[in-house]
Amino acid sequence: MAELGNFDKKLLNLLQGHLPVCSRPFARLAEELGSDEETVLQHVQDLKSSGYLRRIGTFFDSNRLGYVGTLIALRVEPDRVAAVAEAINRYPGATHNYEREGKYNLWFTLLTPGKAQEQKILAEVETLPGVEDMLNLKANKKYKVNVQFKLQ
Amino acid sequence: MAEDTSLSELDKKIVQALQGDFPLVAEPYKVLAESIGISEELFLERVRAMEAEKKIRKMGAVLRHREVGFQANVLVVWRVPEDRLDEIAQQMAACPAVSHCYDRNTAPGWPYNLYTMVHGRSREECEQLAAELGRQCGVSERMMLYSKHEWKKTSMKYFCE
Repeated sequence: MAELGNFDKKLLNLLQGHLPVCSRPFARLAEELGSDEETVLQHVQDLKSSGYLRRIGTFFDSNRLGYVGTLIALRVEPDRVAAVAEAINRYPGATHNYEREGKYNLWFTLLTPGKAQEQKILAEVETLPGVEDMLNLKANKKYKVNVQFKLQ
Repeated sequence: MAEDTSLSELDKKIVQALQGDFPLVAEPYKVLAESIGISEELFLERVRAMEAEKKIRKMGAVLRHREVGFQANVLVVWRVPEDRLDEIAQQMAACPAVSHCYDRNTAPGWPYNLYTMVHGRSREECEQLAAELGRQCGVSERMMLYSKHEWKKTSMKYFCE
């Protein structure tokens, strides 16, 4: 992958911070960069297709949309991890699912529209073949949720 | 907590339109507004309102961290004294290498109450960063939960059930 130029670094730093909410957001960004709308759009499209931009758009606060979230740690028999991971992936609210080093070897985040749905899913997960233990690690307070990398 | 989490049917439609791919065109909000049959003005007005209500955390971009040089990341879980939890969490959150910092419930046999995602250029750098964080905050008990495999990483699709 090509090295990022200065213009792209500045553009990515701006984009990570805030995309203006107005009729012509890319023209507004162009003003800040001393460029023009067409050039900015072209660069954003290229950064998206080359994989630097994971996602551009809207990031919601799930709790404020009425959803409840949690982090679940599972201890799964090693040769059953793939099957359990695939079963978990089928729940739309399981958004992140990672196999990790350590006693608890499968970790996933779960978002549901309410407590009842969460309980139902967790009861199902707990009985999947190979699941030996489950921890429900609810967040009490989120101190930082913003993934921003300042590019120099 | 008397937080208003109710959404009108219109706002739910707007959330559904916004959570798809953001159109990379000169007038993206016009495209999104047309997709749900309302005016661009009304769409923008509701986006601004949901930003003000903090239902929208941000409009913007997230980078693929591997591509911008942060090849390694680790979930570090810490056991922090309850009476210092808030102070230490704020200190850790202020570190640029920490992207996420949550205070979470403990469980039987699992005493860790503070969770941080730490990003570095290598596993060695992650080890150093975590050791340094622990020193600065005076916390010695931690576990380094490196990922072995990513089974899923997606954005939530709201109001689709």
